Amino acid sequence: MLAQEFIRNALLAGSCIALASGAIGYFVVLRGQVFAGDALSHVAFTGALAAAAAGWDLRVGLFLGTVAVAIGLAALGGRAGADDTTIGVVFSWVLGLGVLCLYLYSSGSAGGNGTVAARTLFGSIFGLSAGEARVAAAVAIGLVLALVAIARPLLFATLDPRVARVRGVPVRLLGVAFLVLLGLDAAEAAQAIGALLLLGLLAAPAGAAHRLTANPRVGMALSMAIALGSVWAGVALAYAVPSLPPGSAIVGVAAGCYLLAAVAAGRMRGRGALPSQS
Amino acid sequence: MEPQLSIDPVSDVEQLLSYPFMVNALEAGTIVAVMAAVVGWLMVVRRQSFAGHTLSLMSFPGAAAAALVGVPLAYGYYSFCVVAALVIATGAGLSLGRNRARESAATGTVQAGALALGFVFLSLYGGVLESLETLLFGSFLGITPGQVLTLLGVAMAVLIGLAVVGRPLLLASVDEVVARARGVRVGALSVAFLVVLGLAVAATAQITGALLVFALLIAPAASAQQLTARIGVGLALSIGLALVVTWVGLGLSYFTNWPVGFLITTLAFLQYAAASAARAFAGRRSRTGRQIGGPSGPTAATGASAGEPLAQSVGGS
Repeated sequence: MLAQEFIRNALLAGSCIALASGAIGYFVVLRGQVFAGDALSHVAFTGALAAAAAGWDLRVGLFLGTVAVAIGLAALGGRAGADDTTIGVVFSWVLGLGVLCLYLYSSGSAGGNGTVAARTLFGSIFGLSAGEARVAAAVAIGLVLALVAIARPLLFATLDPRVARVRGVPVRLLGVAFLVLLGLDAAEAAQAIGALLLLGLLAAPAGAAHRLTANPRVGMALSMAIALGSVWAGVALAYAVPSLPPGSAIVGVAAGCYLLAAVAAGRMRGRGALPSQS
Repeated sequence: MEPQLSIDPVSDVEQLLSYPFMVNALEAGTIVAVMAAVVGWLMVVRRQSFAGHTLSLMSFPGAAAAALVGVPLAYGYYSFCVVAALVIATGAGLSLGRNRARESAATGTVQAGALALGFVFLSLYGGVLESLETLLFGSFLGITPGQVLTLLGVAMAVLIGLAVVGRPLLLASVDEVVARARGVRVGALSVAFLVVLGLAVAATAQITGALLVFALLIAPAASAQQLTARIGVGLALSIGLALVVTWVGLGLSYFTNWPVGFLITTLAFLQYAAASAARAFAGRRSRTGRQIGGPSGPTAATGASAGEPLAQSVGGS
């Protein structure tokens, strides 16, 4: 299996993206911003289609679109962060724009529209070239490093924003920076598992980690490990079963981990190993 | 046959209505708009937009599964949306650590897992990509009179159901503690509302597609709540705005040939932006006096205090 070049590319890009998504996802769940992550993942769809319609590299559209909306959401939200009504209204419109781009693109060049739409929505981790995979891996590693750099103040600002503000932590700025990181990660993951499915890689491993431990350091490592394991297992499954799309396999494994973690946490709690509230 | 927009609006409307497919589309759109506006209004009050969005996406795996098994797509829509509503309600109730973070993680996982499943169904079915586009973004061309009748039935059921539980549901949404004290079964109501939301979303998705249901569910309701805090007025306004968006969107789509999903979402967004601007303007003018409708209507009144209990109440107790 490893002799195939597309598998090596998929594993290289997928592993780095999994680490970034696992780490960022941990904070997404902690900050209760899963819906924002969801919105940004759908924005990735519009961004990619807009780039396709304009004839640019898909990745330009992905990154520009998600970062622009991330900043927009941060600006609209004010101090409390965008509430879910604002997020919902904004991203339903952005999806509408995506439909327009799809229409413009498919009327511009006959045929092929279904392929781009499907590729954007569901990703194509097996279709990455060696160059694309290397760029994706580099960006993902950069994201992890950036998150590690702001992790301590971000954790403080998330858990107790008032005290953090009094201590001079730039809470507002950290919120914006985090949303931008989330946007970048959404653009990254969209290449591998698609705009519709990347929420699985953001929410499921992190949700599982939150079920199992309240310790932030352990939780973040666990979340990254589960995401990584999901990508490896998903790629292997999709390679073994050709009719299984790789994106679905990865997200399916991640969702399975979440389910197991929920059951396990319930049992541990039943035996008193974990506190009932955390 | 080529659509021509003339100066005379009456003849334009006559031209629209001369095609049976447009009449069907307008009838279906009207039913969907009224239902989505009412259900969406409650959804916004209850701050369950994320659950609503997740349920609306369930129509995609539903339709893909129905296509794979070979039953009418509508069965797939309704069964998947309702089952997903029950799964989310159960998941949130099971989670012992009751907080929003965990609930939203559960909702997100259900969403991604179901979408992944949907893509598997689609690839097993043979990957008909054009129908994928229709599933996700809707089509108003192929609506049959039979579908309109089904929609009418579902809409009646949803609206009657909401009318029956409306009063306790609203109380539970706005102030859960008081509702519990008065003996309202908050948990059961929350599950019931999610199921109703699932039904409404499944019906709407057949017209607007899985990804765009949200425009009709959330934008008219959110705009109405920007403009008024009163329940009756707000509901009526929400319905009115949803109808305008749907009719104008369908009409424009016919004459411009642009995708209806884009037109409807854009109109809905503009309307929300206008409502927000109007409220900000009104707020500035009356800053010295009493603020109109409070800081942000009923959502602000319920949001900060009721957001957390509402998240817990899904399936709780």
